[in-house]
Amino acid sequence: MGTKRHFRVWRGDETGGDLQDYQVEVNEGEVVLDVIHRLQATEAPDLACRWNCKAGKCGSCSMEINGMPKLGCMTRMSTFEENETISVSPLRTFPVIRDLVTDVSFNYQKSLETPAFSPPEDLAPGEYRMQQVDVERSQEFRKCIECFLCQNTCHVVRDHEDNKTAFSGPRVFIRAAELDMHPLDTRTDRKQYAQAQQGLGYCNITKCCTEVCPEHIKITDNAIIPMKERVVDRRYDPLVWLGSKIFRRGQNGAAASGPALGESGLDQPAATTAGLPADGDHSAAADAERGVNWHRQVPRPQAAAVDEKGHLPISELAFDKPAAPSPFGEDVTFPLPDKSLNYHHPDQDR
Amino acid sequence: MTTRIERHHYDVVVIGAGGAGLRAAIEARLAGKRTAIISKSLFGKAHTVMAEGGAAAAMGNVNSRDSWQVHFRDTMRGGKFLNNFRMAELHAKESPQRIWELETYGALFDRTKDGKISQRNFGGHEYPRLAHVGDRTGLELIRTLQQKIVSLQQEDKREYGVHDARIKVFAETTITELMLEDGPDGPRVAGAFGYYRESGEFVLFEAPAVVLATGGVGKSYKVTSNSWEYTGDGHALALRAGATLINMEFLQFHPTGMVWPPSVKGILVTESVRGDGGVLRNTDGKRFMFDYVPDVFRKQYAETEEEADRWYTDPDNNRRPPELLPRDEVARAINSEVKAGRGTESGGVLLDIASRLPAEEIRRRLPSMYHQFKELADVDITKQPMEVGPTCHYVMGGVEVDPDTAAAAGRISGLFAAGEVSGGMHGSNRLGGNSLSDLLVFGKRAGEHAAAYVGGLDRRPKVSADEVEEAVDQALAPLSRDTGENPYTLQQDLQAVMGDLVGIIRREGELADSLVRLAELRERVAKVSAAGGRRYNPGWHLALDLRNMLVVSECTAKAALERTESRGGHTREDHPTMAPTWRTVNLVCSLDGDTVKLEHQPLPKMRPELIKLFDRAELAKYLTDEELAEFDALAQDALAEEADN
Repeated sequence: MGTKRHFRVWRGDETGGDLQDYQVEVNEGEVVLDVIHRLQATEAPDLACRWNCKAGKCGSCSMEINGMPKLGCMTRMSTFEENETISVSPLRTFPVIRDLVTDVSFNYQKSLETPAFSPPEDLAPGEYRMQQVDVERSQEFRKCIECFLCQNTCHVVRDHEDNKTAFSGPRVFIRAAELDMHPLDTRTDRKQYAQAQQGLGYCNITKCCTEVCPEHIKITDNAIIPMKERVVDRRYDPLVWLGSKIFRRGQNGAAASGPALGESGLDQPAATTAGLPADGDHSAAADAERGVNWHRQVPRPQAAAVDEKGHLPISELAFDKPAAPSPFGEDVTFPLPDKSLNYHHPDQDR
Repeated sequence: MTTRIERHHYDVVVIGAGGAGLRAAIEARLAGKRTAIISKSLFGKAHTVMAEGGAAAAMGNVNSRDSWQVHFRDTMRGGKFLNNFRMAELHAKESPQRIWELETYGALFDRTKDGKISQRNFGGHEYPRLAHVGDRTGLELIRTLQQKIVSLQQEDKREYGVHDARIKVFAETTITELMLEDGPDGPRVAGAFGYYRESGEFVLFEAPAVVLATGGVGKSYKVTSNSWEYTGDGHALALRAGATLINMEFLQFHPTGMVWPPSVKGILVTESVRGDGGVLRNTDGKRFMFDYVPDVFRKQYAETEEEADRWYTDPDNNRRPPELLPRDEVARAINSEVKAGRGTESGGVLLDIASRLPAEEIRRRLPSMYHQFKELADVDITKQPMEVGPTCHYVMGGVEVDPDTAAAAGRISGLFAAGEVSGGMHGSNRLGGNSLSDLLVFGKRAGEHAAAYVGGLDRRPKVSADEVEEAVDQALAPLSRDTGENPYTLQQDLQAVMGDLVGIIRREGELADSLVRLAELRERVAKVSAAGGRRYNPGWHLALDLRNMLVVSECTAKAALERTESRGGHTREDHPTMAPTWRTVNLVCSLDGDTVKLEHQPLPKMRPELIKLFDRAELAKYLTDEELAEFDALAQDALAEEADN
């Protein structure tokens, strides 16, 4: 009952490789991973490919199918035309180990550097009380199966290898957001940390990560934007900054001792700033304050390049240029002359 | 070919990075021991993520009448009284604490109205007992433990300057042999030998204690919910190290696996679909489970559809629907319906939730089920029924351990086992939800006692160079042969033997036949050859796993042939009833040279205060006459004592 279909599978290792052609049997109801398994069992027993659950729950079989980052186990063969050639290649953003297997340790390293959950000290196990509506916001991000498709598709690292040191990527941002929104997490500087240490600012909201997420987590809208917006409030709003310097100055000590649990601090910038943990690497807010030079000329915001429907062309695959469009407009080239920038590198004063 | 071997020194090596392994590692690290976690896949991909329903713990958040005694009773009942009672007792007592602990690691369970951890109904549990997160509880558990390990590594980074100072994860690493040192009172663990999947390079861990947490054996079956990792590695490592396996004849076939489309055959449909109101129908539209309530359960289950339906809203005044019978009963019922020609074309029955709950409610309660069916099968479970049938899901049997310390029984010391790879806790059949709590309870115990064992040693056992050399040769053999068979063909043949002859319904002739075929397969597996090199070569990896799958399959087939009764996860068509005399017996497998040896061993006897938790009428269905007489004597003593006071 099966038909023969044409597959092109990337074979090779870090020294190079290419797409190899296979004619392989495909049966009704199968997914791309089934076909890879059939290849292993027949023509190519040493074809390297990661997989585990085969049910879209573990996020192991990430690959690029016809150029789209996808899970092999969740890509039904029926979504392709009968005579369509199907190309399967490894994730492009990470170094190839062999065939479809890449070295994804970048992601684990970034997770390792993300400050862990900080439990309330006054609650014993069994005493935690949270409302369903409050846990649901974080639960959305805890659905993440760590397939790293978002990390792979994010053009900040996909096209710029050198950004990998400074930029943690969408997977790590939703982890930061999850902890920020956790009703009982006691750290109050998650947003500042994401901005200062994890490169949240590199993200220019092209939403490619949301588009490829097999768990349909609204990475950009529900995690990255809320994390960005509030950080921006505190860092760049001159009134908030001025207010923190003038009006609240005398109250800092009193405010700092107040409860700061899960509080956003939006309207109490001084209190939040003063309430930050004092140990060295959490001085994001202080950095932010030092980094603002209000005498500089701020570049005017420009409209992003949009398509005929008025939307951002969100996928590089649908776009007429390699990689995603620049939200700063296509006529702006980088690096910008640094005199025109309203930005102060946090490490510069050290 | 290079035989460079990387060496590491650790106090405790945990093989397996699922729930049990991670929990054990956390505990060993908290006890101050240098700990290595060996993961066959990437960190956080373990099969635990597949557990959907929840973790059973008698916290009493939803129904305050729940207690460890009730949980203990349910567990023993589910296991048809073949459980190691002490394990069931520890499990019931300690699981609430283990769940609460997860919250301090950052877990976010679904909540009750008053902000506590919500608990849901599940097959075989008298009260709502399963802590859950939608239907992705296993993922939450793995992620939580994974992140706890990260947080410990961050502590170490602050203290020692490096993340890996006291706990390190070796991802995509397979252990092929345990290294032993012979001592005056039996062999001692000296280390573990394996290879990095990525590079094919060998690695030797020198460590006095090893915790096995490698999960199950499902990959020996054709239709299974288990992933490629489930090749019985821990079972086989333990056997070869001189430890014993018990209860290997008991395999749980999950009653509701997907049967269509073919590519996802075997993947689970969580029991919570039934707990939340889903019903099973045959192709005639009949809700057939009412015809399959066994006598032992008659009292607890509804007799009419009306009563069953009332139970979802008023569980105190109605009996539960028969769809919530223990898994083995449901699996057998579906099997019988299909055999009688009332199943679907693909050999399943229909599981209907669409007509029972509003679409919105289904999506809210069963989000990942909805998602899974939509994406994998293009089936909208809010509109149409699911096609389901039994799939090999869990092995109750495993390494025989000491209940309190999780140390492997027998003469071997320094070897511990927790989770699915250990045996005894679940008896002949595991209740849904008891697995996740089992991982936590005995994972913690294994880690704790492995650490204590290391602390009590006056010197570290040595790894012998000869043994390492032998392990290297053994591992490289499939690559150096080019005349043998393809490992994938051999695996398919093994799966066919196990699926067809040692499957859900067993017969003497077929079991005897399976042993002959397994012996033939053993010859062929000894000559298997793998094409390609050492770098990430799945063919080679499978060739090495085959040896483990084969020896464990032999244990299952031998024990299944020996046990001439039907109980829990072992159904003999030629011996369809439960025999009280068999209840008192554990079948113990060990390795003598390279042949599997089977022995009878009496079951440990339940302590008086525990056996008194049960009704005499209930015990009468399971116990022998002598045991019942003993129970009566106990009851009389108690009465007399009461009279004295």
